[in-house]
Amino acid sequence: MTELATSPAAADEAPAVEETRGLWVDGWADLRRRPRFWIAAALILVLLLMALAPSLFTSVDPAVGELSRSRQPPGDGAIFGYDLQGRDVYARTIYGAAPSLAVGFLATLGTMVIGSLAGLLAGYSQGWADSLLSRIGEVFAGLPFVLGGIVILTSLNEPGEIVGAQELVFQVVLTIVVLTWPVAMRIMRAAAIETAQQDYVKAARALGAGPFRIVLRHILPNTLAPVLVYGAIQFGVFIGAEATLSFLGIGLRDPVVSWGVMIAEAKDRVQDIPWALFFPAGFLVVTVLAFVMMGDAVRDALDPRGR
Amino acid sequence: MAPLLEVEDLRVEFGRGPETASVLNGVSYHVDEGETLAVLGESGSGKSVTAQTVMGILDLPPGRITGGAVRFRGEELLGADPERRRLLRGESMAMIFQDALSALNPVYTVGFQIAEQFRFRRGLSRRDATARAVEMLDQVRIPNAKQRVKEYPHQFSGGMRQRAMIAMSLALDPELLIADEPTTALDVTVQAQIMDLLDELRRERGMGLVLITHDLGVVAEVADRIAVMYAGRVVEHADAATLYARPGHPYTRGLMDSVPRVDDVAGAPLRPIPGLPPSLAAIPDGCPFHPRCAHAVDRCVTEVPALRELGGDHQAACHFAERFVAEGTDRPTTHEVVSG
Amino acid sequence: MGRYTLRRLLQLIPVFLGTTFLVYWLVWGLREDPFAGKCGQRECSPAFRAALTERYNLDDPLIVQYLKYLGAVLTGDFGQTFSGTEVSTLIADAYPITIKLAIVALVIEAVIGIIAGVVAGLRGRGFADTLVLVSTLFLIALPVFVTGLVLRQVLGVDLGIIRTSVPANPSIGELIVPGFVLASLSMAYVARLTRTSLIENSRADFVRTAVAKGLPRRRVVGVHMLRNSLIPVVTFLGTDIGALMGGAIVTEGVFNIRGIGGLIYRGLQQQDIATVVGVVALLVIVYLVANLVVDLLYAVLDPRIRYD
Repeated sequence: MTELATSPAAADEAPAVEETRGLWVDGWADLRRRPRFWIAAALILVLLLMALAPSLFTSVDPAVGELSRSRQPPGDGAIFGYDLQGRDVYARTIYGAAPSLAVGFLATLGTMVIGSLAGLLAGYSQGWADSLLSRIGEVFAGLPFVLGGIVILTSLNEPGEIVGAQELVFQVVLTIVVLTWPVAMRIMRAAAIETAQQDYVKAARALGAGPFRIVLRHILPNTLAPVLVYGAIQFGVFIGAEATLSFLGIGLRDPVVSWGVMIAEAKDRVQDIPWALFFPAGFLVVTVLAFVMMGDAVRDALDPRGR
Repeated sequence: MAPLLEVEDLRVEFGRGPETASVLNGVSYHVDEGETLAVLGESGSGKSVTAQTVMGILDLPPGRITGGAVRFRGEELLGADPERRRLLRGESMAMIFQDALSALNPVYTVGFQIAEQFRFRRGLSRRDATARAVEMLDQVRIPNAKQRVKEYPHQFSGGMRQRAMIAMSLALDPELLIADEPTTALDVTVQAQIMDLLDELRRERGMGLVLITHDLGVVAEVADRIAVMYAGRVVEHADAATLYARPGHPYTRGLMDSVPRVDDVAGAPLRPIPGLPPSLAAIPDGCPFHPRCAHAVDRCVTEVPALRELGGDHQAACHFAERFVAEGTDRPTTHEVVSG
Repeated sequence: MGRYTLRRLLQLIPVFLGTTFLVYWLVWGLREDPFAGKCGQRECSPAFRAALTERYNLDDPLIVQYLKYLGAVLTGDFGQTFSGTEVSTLIADAYPITIKLAIVALVIEAVIGIIAGVVAGLRGRGFADTLVLVSTLFLIALPVFVTGLVLRQVLGVDLGIIRTSVPANPSIGELIVPGFVLASLSMAYVARLTRTSLIENSRADFVRTAVAKGLPRRRVVGVHMLRNSLIPVVTFLGTDIGALMGGAIVTEGVFNIRGIGGLIYRGLQQQDIATVVGVVALLVIVYLVANLVVDLLYAVLDPRIRYD
């Protein structure tokens, strides 16, 4: 009889925890062997440093422009040259990291939190909550990203209105989150449905575990991996999205210094000041690349099917 | 005359370096025309890898053939021209798999997949090939074959899918059929029907049949001879009646004791083989079965037993095979197992 | 199949209503004064205001305005701009070039993406596979406007191979570079999707069966592996058509193409709300219809879906 008495409890605890822990440990062991992961990690570390402590990299004020040195090419004193207003492109590129990364971070966080909660609710409850959330998600997913971004951002501000830096960042983040949470929801929902059908979840339910406990202990640990991988890749994509919106003149703008803002300012003067475009664009691409590479490596490590 | 199929001292490894797994360590068996050889063993014993090597469908890499020979009607197949081997597949030797649902392509109709062979191996027109596919489905007793030929695999029941798989493998009238656990995924009642069908088709066509299984009941019913595999070797080989009455290898005996029998006294305990099959990356020295063997002595740990001739085409790879054969079992004969 | 189509069609209706209402609310409902800045520095004249209020039913509650507008759209009337031009005329002028660009982009991403994916997936680990993985990584990391600006500068200004500004009625040839820019991101996804799906399928049991049947290698790959692997790719391409039709704003801006994206962009900059709502409503329809077609195509390609 002792056999029978202990085994249901084991079904309640062990498999979910063991399975997940195995996944993460194996994933980490695999990750450590991938050069792609280390390159991405090193790049992200440098970028974080740039965003948190720009003064380590430059002592020049990125906002000060002297018209006398307008359009001076890279050389002594300013290795990236000066822009039209005579501002130091290197200093601006360094200071541009913070808003770009901030938008990427906040938008990823928002999308994942909202999308995951909605996805868990939809995937676990099924029924009417699922139908409702799925339809709402489709409504937002029905708007192509750039189009939706333009509509939302132009509606938020009256023409000619002066908006503060923090509010601008908030608006851009809000726009990205509103337009992309359905994707995160779909991923989480699919994973939750799959996990909910596993025998150990059924066993836990049969033993009378409450919905909160089942979601927290059994479903969430097994659905986190695909959402996290999506998040890591989207971090990079969102930085690119911010730059795209800023490029169109509706995202961040002066007084905020971000790579997108710099590119938007420089795009019509490519002929005479190419360096004002080249350096922020280069940093932007490398940053997005670092995050996409990170996401790629993490996905390959956690999902052995693609090997 | 050379046997239909002869496998000799076949050796296959997977992986490289310290993680190398020796999957086959000198497998030998043969099948003659019109006879059924059952290959018996636990999962991981190398039954399926041997079959895939014979068919030439083993993935290389990760697999690596390191030695031995596979001869079909005396013709050496290992190292033969790939095109020659392709032409043998379907035409001379065919294979059916355990899980017919995943072995059939989900996006094509069953008829298309059978007709394909007539079209691309026999050069028949689409229409003629489909007519032949209907005939094949009829032969494996799928009712209403004319309609079902247009259906997709997921619309078939498990037993019907395995019948369709059999029809497909027999389309080009092969002389040798390898059935890799053909009934494992099926319900018990359906298992018997499929086995009967296979046995009947073999007799009608005079085919050689290699029946890979871990199910002693299936073996008892249809096998002429049985090869028992363990850790990538054939450890015992005999005709079915001899093997049941006088197994020469403790592993064979263990397999028999771990299956409930109808004549068992109610409540009598089963005697499973203790332990697990060895990891193929670290096969124990000496007799690979010694860690699980109740009769093991020092010699078993140090010396690999060779396949010993026990008379009457009965061989076993155990130092004490003669003793076990002399002891015999309290088992009834094969026939009694089936009907009892 | 008929019931499946009907069910999917019915599911589109709430999504269409929701999305168009969302846009309508954003552009009309969120603004305190829809005429702010419309008449230069001065306040708009009461007569002008009255006329526009009348034209756009601004005195009604938002939901009533929306329903009236929707009724008009469904009869083919996309409304008028502030200056009185029919929005449908603007759309008719701009849409052909957008469609042309979308088709060029679709062909480029399908052809290059699938070929790259097949080469990488079939050859297994090696130079081709690494090349495809690394180059798709870069394509994913490059924002479209950066690709566009760089190609315009290098090919247009420095080398003089293409014109930096695409003419009003461009030929296919003149749209190749913009089409490539527009397609670049999806091309990378197509290549990766094809590769992954091919690798997964190459290990499938049914491929082993096809080999065991003695079929020629060409047929095993072409009929049994590719057909199954391309199902998700075709689905992706279909979804992308909808996005390409409406998402060309950046590319059209960089290459000065006077298509539908430019129309929306100018409409927003000039605060021409009617244009925006009209075009967005149309694009949402296109997007949803494209998705519906993809769903149906999926059911055709994968017989297992039909009977669910």
